[in-house]
Amino acid sequence: MKNIGLAFFVILLLVGCENDKSFTNSLDKAQISESDIEYFQNLVGDTVLFTVDQSGLRPDAISILNAQVNWLKEKKFLPITIEGHADEQGTREYNLALGARRATAVREFLLAKGIEQDRISIVTYGKERPLRVCSNEECWSKNRRAVTVVGKKLLSSD
Amino acid sequence: MVRQSVLKFLKIFSFTSILFINSSFVAAQKNDAPKLDMTVNRGVIKPLSLAVPSFIKESGANSIISRELAKVISNNLDSTGLFKSIPQSAYVSMPLSFNTPVQFSDWSIINADVLVMGSVGLKPDGRLEVKFRLWDVSQQKEIGKGKQYFTNSESWRRISHKISDTIYTRVTGEGAYFDSRVVFVSETGPKDNRTKRLAIMDQDGANFRLLKHPPSLVIAPRFSPTTNKIIFTGYETGKPRVYLMDLSSEEITSLPELKGMSFAPRFSADGSQIVLSMTENGNTDIFINTLSTGVKRRLTTNNAIDTAPSFSPDGKSIVFESDRGGGQQLYIISTQGGDAKRISFGKGRYATPVWSPRGDLIAFTKIKEGKFHIGVMRVDGTKERLLTTSFLDEGPAWAPNGRVLMFFRETPGSAGAPSIYSIDISGRNLRKIKTSSFASDPNWSPILN
Repeated sequence: MKNIGLAFFVILLLVGCENDKSFTNSLDKAQISESDIEYFQNLVGDTVLFTVDQSGLRPDAISILNAQVNWLKEKKFLPITIEGHADEQGTREYNLALGARRATAVREFLLAKGIEQDRISIVTYGKERPLRVCSNEECWSKNRRAVTVVGKKLLSSD
Repeated sequence: MVRQSVLKFLKIFSFTSILFINSSFVAAQKNDAPKLDMTVNRGVIKPLSLAVPSFIKESGANSIISRELAKVISNNLDSTGLFKSIPQSAYVSMPLSFNTPVQFSDWSIINADVLVMGSVGLKPDGRLEVKFRLWDVSQQKEIGKGKQYFTNSESWRRISHKISDTIYTRVTGEGAYFDSRVVFVSETGPKDNRTKRLAIMDQDGANFRLLKHPPSLVIAPRFSPTTNKIIFTGYETGKPRVYLMDLSSEEITSLPELKGMSFAPRFSADGSQIVLSMTENGNTDIFINTLSTGVKRRLTTNNAIDTAPSFSPDGKSIVFESDRGGGQQLYIISTQGGDAKRISFGKGRYATPVWSPRGDLIAFTKIKEGKFHIGVMRVDGTKERLLTTSFLDEGPAWAPNGRVLMFFRETPGSAGAPSIYSIDISGRNLRKIKTSSFASDPNWSPILN
């Protein structure tokens, strides 16, 4: 099963992701173990996308988050930071607040599915950290995202 | 080219319906009528033709400074769109002494409306002595009284700004704004990996300097009313959080009471408080924080996004944006709390409201049909006027006189980047401010002390 997943991953790479740095870096690895963070990022999927100006979880996001929950339950020692992002079509302050809403929506989902509260911190970047740089819906739809970063925890007291 | 008298110019120069002004210039012209009411004429303003000869060099002054004093004044006044400098190469004579009578015919023949005459000398103690007089060429009369300044030689540029302010105020009746600075965010690097640094410059772009701070992301610095501090949002801890910086030492202080995620801070007009937004459990609300005590008070409790707050100059109200009605709109709430009153009702989304230092207008960003605009409206929401339009215009900042706005404009696409612009609240005179890097989030200081 793992090997099939890996083969599928490599095909994905060859087909259409040559611009994506994280994928290219992973190519150098001889093998990705299911317990690696790269596996979580690329095969489970660390990113969920949102509709314009919305923070509700879409069906595609929910299926990714369910997979995240399964993986995260196996890795109880790993802290999690959820980053919320917005596209460039809003004002800076609003987008910070919107990114916080999106990160919170993911956090609420993970909590509801039994991920421990003290593992999770959230942060918003608003429109400060775009993943894609073109100024049309193709890029904007990828920038409206929440990313589950494992192995990183921000102190809630900060 | 028809010459105009400064008085006639005063009559056609106006932004609002009726302006009552009371300046020394008007008093000097019409001793019996210290207040002059000017009828509005929203037609095209023909700029006043301006002559600023190099300042007369007295006792050991540097000739570079004598030229630069005049140049900075010309540039300042030209930047208003209300004056247009005659190139010095067109002058038929240069004044040789500050005290000899003005040869008005030499200035009327080149169609000058306004003549600025100055001198600069070096005192034995090393200070500069700068003097200037302002003349209405067609009336052959002095406008106001001559002024004299003493300063150390490094501060000559500020004297140019002070003289520019005096000229601008005497001729237009509007408040000063040239002797001021702008804090902003200097941006370098590609769009998906931008480095942002806090920076400061004079209002005209001179004396650009990066401020010291940790390399993490920084957002939207805002001046204290005393101009010696800024408040900004930084990511030093990994989360957005409000910090204070003392501008003379560049020392940064965090505000321990603002835990969690805090952003969009602004000072009150007396500097004792800040208003900001904080996010708790995904919900962003407005808080007022008293700096001396660290006591934080919640102002809104709505489930909506309440952010981008700005104090009224009298400290009694806060204007902010909220999506409580469905989309982003502008609301005003008392600093004592209570119900917020919606003031924007037009189509589109309204954001980043900023109260004018004069108290009369609110500047904002509007997003409508995929375009961004900078606009102004009265405090009651009426008389909305959009001044700009582009792919992304955002974040208006008031000049100290409440007559000019700066904002940033970002170009689209993968090479898209922000620059700072200024525009008159009449909608005239859009200008790009020259900066050595990409620049965003401008905030204009009050007039310097």
